[in-house]
Amino acid sequence: MTDATAVTELLDDSAPYRLRDLCDLCAVRAEFVTEMVDAGILKPAGAVPSRWRFTVQAAVRLRKAQRLQRDLDVNLAGIALALDLIDDLDAVRARVRTLELHLAQLAEDG
Amino acid sequence: MEFVDYYEVMGVAEDASGDDIKKAYRRLARKYHPDVSSAPDAEQNFKAVGEAYEVLKDPEKRQEYDQLKKYGAFDGDRFTPPPDWRSSAGFTGGGYTEVDPAHFSEIFEAIYGRTGGFHGRSAGAGSEFAVRGEDVHARVPITLAEAYSGTTRTFSLQIRGVDARGMSVPETKTLKATVPAGVVSGQKIRLKGQGQPGIGGGKQGDLYLEIELEPDRLFAVDGHDLTFVLPIAPWEAILGATVDVPTLGGRVKLTIPANAAGGQKLRLKGQGLPGRPPGDQYVVLKIVVPEAKSEKDRELIRQMEEQMAFDPRAELEAGK
Repeated sequence: MTDATAVTELLDDSAPYRLRDLCDLCAVRAEFVTEMVDAGILKPAGAVPSRWRFTVQAAVRLRKAQRLQRDLDVNLAGIALALDLIDDLDAVRARVRTLELHLAQLAEDG
Repeated sequence: MEFVDYYEVMGVAEDASGDDIKKAYRRLARKYHPDVSSAPDAEQNFKAVGEAYEVLKDPEKRQEYDQLKKYGAFDGDRFTPPPDWRSSAGFTGGGYTEVDPAHFSEIFEAIYGRTGGFHGRSAGAGSEFAVRGEDVHARVPITLAEAYSGTTRTFSLQIRGVDARGMSVPETKTLKATVPAGVVSGQKIRLKGQGQPGIGGGKQGDLYLEIELEPDRLFAVDGHDLTFVLPIAPWEAILGATVDVPTLGGRVKLTIPANAAGGQKLRLKGQGLPGRPPGDQYVVLKIVVPEAKSEKDRELIRQMEEQMAFDPRAELEAGK
């Protein structure tokens, strides 16, 4: 395939997806998304399903949830727990990298 | 072709029961799941385990595999199936299989046939079933300097192409993407429509890039904020001083207040990574004790000792 310059979108906190968009994007039924919201896996803005708005990160999270359910045969509570722990782990790993660097600097200078 | 020992991949004995195989699969799938594990070879291992399980979980396929293993010709790692080998179990892809066989090894293909991957099970003749292509995720390591000023990256991606016979073949696609200034570690960039192609007229998937900041020699990064450790002399700490400090945007003058303490944090507002609002750069003072190299140096320090009323352990005494 030939070279192409792709259009870049930086993902921020904006929430562009309605329920319908999210279903379309991730190829899931609305009921599945509702279950994810009920389980606290997705936290859309808006009080009722017709007003829900999802972030792009939510789409990424939903796909991750789909994969975990499919590959590891875990229930919703398990997925919620796994996703939260993965998030925590990512944050901790990033923090460790920062601190290790900091420490290396102090050792190098001292 | 290279022979893949599925029993070895799964870590089970050749006479393992179906239940043992299932348990081994569950355990390994959890261990190697690419969403869970951060090991670089996690995805590869996960796929290998998936392939092995696909065969070993099915008694008919397993039996064929065992036969093949027994009667095929080995030459070191090279393996040739017996002549006229044909699978009766096959990989029909008819039922709802959870795996994408496009990633399977040569040996699997030789035994159970080429399946055409995703196409095999969803886009039957005359099917109007449109499936959106899968999203592709990739990590992009960039330097702190690149995060500060933005950069361009060229990627090579393995995507699923289709050959003249409608079979799935891996294809390499290269594309250029701009990484805007001010990205932070863990931030995601979406390249719309650059993922796997859709099937049966389905939309293309997206490509997601996750930014990964490479460790920097000078700066520790926390979100948009930077921390820099500034070594200073004891007299600079005591008397105060103005020193040059590196920032991502170049050197700036920093004023150290008189009687500064080691570990004290000074802030250079807005000198971190760009953003709304931009991050700050924190400068942590680190007092470096000079080495006395001569008798004259030592004499100088003795004078300080005699003339300055300083007890570094005063607080310890006061606590008594």
